[in-house]
Amino acid sequence: MSTSNCKGQLHQSRRASKVLAYYGITTPPYKLDALEPYMSQRTLELHWGKHHRDYVDSLNKQLVKSPLYGHTMEELIKVTYNNGNPLPEFNNAAQVWNHDFFWESMQSGGGKLPQGGVLQQIEKDFDSYSNFRDTFVESAMALFGSGWVWLVLRTEEKKLSVVRTSNAICPLVWGDIPIIALDMWEHAYYLDYKDDREKYINTFMDNLVSWHAATVRMLRAEAFVNLGEPKIPVA
Amino acid sequence: MALRAIAGKKTLTLGLGFGPSGAAAAASFPGLGSGLHARGLVTFSLPDLPYDYGALEPAISGEIMQLHHQKHHQTYITNYNKALEQLEEAMTKGDSSKVVHLQSAIKFNGGGHINHSIFWQNLKPANEGGGEPPHGSLGWAIDTDFGSLEALVKTMNAEGTALQGSGWVWLALDREVKKLKVETTANQDPLVTKGANLVPLLGIDVWEHAYYLQYKNVRPDYLKNIWKVMNWKYASGVYEKEVA
Repeated sequence: MSTSNCKGQLHQSRRASKVLAYYGITTPPYKLDALEPYMSQRTLELHWGKHHRDYVDSLNKQLVKSPLYGHTMEELIKVTYNNGNPLPEFNNAAQVWNHDFFWESMQSGGGKLPQGGVLQQIEKDFDSYSNFRDTFVESAMALFGSGWVWLVLRTEEKKLSVVRTSNAICPLVWGDIPIIALDMWEHAYYLDYKDDREKYINTFMDNLVSWHAATVRMLRAEAFVNLGEPKIPVA
Repeated sequence: MALRAIAGKKTLTLGLGFGPSGAAAAASFPGLGSGLHARGLVTFSLPDLPYDYGALEPAISGEIMQLHHQKHHQTYITNYNKALEQLEEAMTKGDSSKVVHLQSAIKFNGGGHINHSIFWQNLKPANEGGGEPPHGSLGWAIDTDFGSLEALVKTMNAEGTALQGSGWVWLALDREVKKLKVETTANQDPLVTKGANLVPLLGIDVWEHAYYLQYKNVRPDYLKNIWKVMNWKYASGVYEKEVA
């Protein structure tokens, strides 16, 4: 689960003390070669070490001159999304969060089937796991340009749904709760899969996706969304 | 070369020409319609590159050129053709919601075909004149509208680097006011989506697939090096034809 990384720092200057917002980069919950052979160490080194880190550094640079302070990362994303007229900090903030979420959406020995409450909810909302899987894969294949594919829990409809977003957009901005994310920007798969997006997506579903993380997130989500079925075991 | 006609809207109008005259005219341009269906729908095929895959090294690797051409561009063409067939069917049936629904697939895949067809013409091996700065009227226009070629390159590189996600950066001619502009488009939107009067002179693909294998995340290096294989003769040709 992502936690807030916001710390304020007092920056002494000659004129007045200035308080800055500052966000740190989190590390994936596994070593960079842990996802081989499905996602190479080289990809992780670049994707996390360069792309993700760049987003963090750029965000911090922007925040030096910005009045935004005191937000958790999730709040910062909603604030900078500005109801569809994103502020310049949005792209960096959202991409920092998205990538944190993405690393945690994968695990070594991932894939296979969801279990327990998550599986039951998927079967309830998609009719079957394979229906859900097909929907997810199709949605990812149909994405034009850069973006993400998500399994989200829709807070209003109170059901799971597959959504795809462009560039940096994240379902948090609509108040939905993400459960799983797949990065469909080309940098996420190009070194390992070149243009074969279908193989990348299927490999993610079969070998990388962390249903454990999904379960933990569902657990947390149930504190915010009444799924109304006390029969569903929670883990 | 008559390939100048590929630029701008002419590709679309020629491409959508129904009947034998449309196909005959189109068949003389590589990359334009070459399949002819029973009802006159023109479909498209992958144009050949005017150079070998490895000819643009070291600015752009042969591996990238081959993937970019044979996989990415081909996929756009395949999906464009599919969308056109579906569109024709929907139009014949009068199925308005399907017709409108198909527009995004046509814009994306058709745009991808248009943009890449221009892109291949924009590049030239260094030993065949790639990278040679523009002379003549385009050179003067650049000096007038941007101050110098260096300033133009700097602007285009900055815009290309700043582009979030996928897209293109263009050197465009506004044919109404006869001025040069730098524009960016998102995803595969063709330049005309930014203005009906805009004619593409040069386009640089800043989708990650255009540079990732070679330059990884360092898009600025890709942008710096691509000018070494830029085909200014093509841009000059398009420009002179428009302002004539």
